[in-house]
Amino acid sequence: MTNLLSIHTIRFIVLLLIQVLLLSHVNFLGNINPYPYILFVLLFPVKNNRLIFILLSFLLGLLIDMFLDSGGIHAAATATIAFIRPAALKFSFGAVYEHNAIKFGNVDFGQRITYITILVLIHHFILFLLEIFNFSKILLVLKNTLFSSIFTILLCVLITIIFGGTNKK
Amino acid sequence: MQQIVNFILRNKTFLLFALLLFISVMLTIQSHSYHRSRLINSANFLSGGLYNTSNSISEYFDLKNQNKLLQEDNKRLKSILYNTQQRKDSSYIDSTNYNKKYKFTAAQVIRNSYAATNNILLLNKGDNDSIKQDFGVVSSKGIIGIVEKTNRNYATVLSILNTTSSISAKLKKTPHFGSLKWNGNSPNTIQLSEIPKIATVAKGDTVITSGRSAIFPKGIPVGTISNFKLDKAENYYEIDIMLFNDMTSIEHVYIIENKDAKIIENILKDND
Repeated sequence: MTNLLSIHTIRFIVLLLIQVLLLSHVNFLGNINPYPYILFVLLFPVKNNRLIFILLSFLLGLLIDMFLDSGGIHAAATATIAFIRPAALKFSFGAVYEHNAIKFGNVDFGQRITYITILVLIHHFILFLLEIFNFSKILLVLKNTLFSSIFTILLCVLITIIFGGTNKK
Repeated sequence: MQQIVNFILRNKTFLLFALLLFISVMLTIQSHSYHRSRLINSANFLSGGLYNTSNSISEYFDLKNQNKLLQEDNKRLKSILYNTQQRKDSSYIDSTNYNKKYKFTAAQVIRNSYAATNNILLLNKGDNDSIKQDFGVVSSKGIIGIVEKTNRNYATVLSILNTTSSISAKLKKTPHFGSLKWNGNSPNTIQLSEIPKIATVAKGDTVITSGRSAIFPKGIPVGTISNFKLDKAENYYEIDIMLFNDMTSIEHVYIIENKDAKIIENILKDND
């Protein structure tokens, strides 16, 4: 248990630092940045206290907001995906996910990509909707969502593959 | 009563989520209203300190370019200094310290952003260096933005690459003025609107600050006109301006304090 706790604490801090020091300054093709800090939300244990999980996700988003001076957009998007994660889990891994406590290291690759894609798309859509905050620029929102999502999904998949070995608990 | 408690217990996850969503959306809305109210900002001990450390590492790699820029700036300033001295030499009175209207403070950008729709810079000067809200920020090449929030050691700056701010600017050739706004597209160009049709506008004309606000002195360079057209009502020009500053790489900036700002504000308030 303490091992699990320390892993998630370290992951929280490392993802936060990498995000604000490195990945928010990529600016690929002008303004495309990946936001793989949501891996914290994606990889959080399935069996959890949902209240604490949502609060932690909100806190992570708020810290990112503080560093990036972006109001509350990351907090809103991250809390939302934490809230709807059970639905996404059910959709991508089937209804049995609750009983046999899936491990992300050994699920089907396709299922994993579905799961990551759903949550990343929702997160980025809310993020850019709130950042641009203008319904007449909905095309810009969608464009940003698409490009950033591709970037984030690629990074998330790569990170889970590279560090997947150590995460088998 | 029992039922209410039961309802809260049953929906506690959703209620918590709704509360958090509400808080974050309120923070977002506050950050979109112009200029006064960003509650969660990076001018604090934690993020300011972290950015300061990371900047002290990364600035090392850009030293050559920044030195060159500073050298050019020094060269220009020296030429001005010696030229004016020569002219005034016969009856030179050192009155420069008596009524200096603008005070300059050098600062360093420790975090720069230019890809979002509302871009914020973080400077390594704050209250301790008597930096306050609404001071102007310029670089050696031209205008950068306006100080938004300060704490003891750090200050956030609302960059001109920001869809909420607007700064008064004018054409260098004629006194027609308009307001600078950014449409959020390219970090190299910003838009100047409200220049009346009667003004003569040509590509390549220089645009400078108008000095009509208490923030910037008159004559700080902004950029050159790269494109212009009349707006739909055909009364005003919509002008694209190519910035002199490369907003994607700024390191050394100057914060301008207008010592008459309070007086000017009071007069304007009285008129209202």
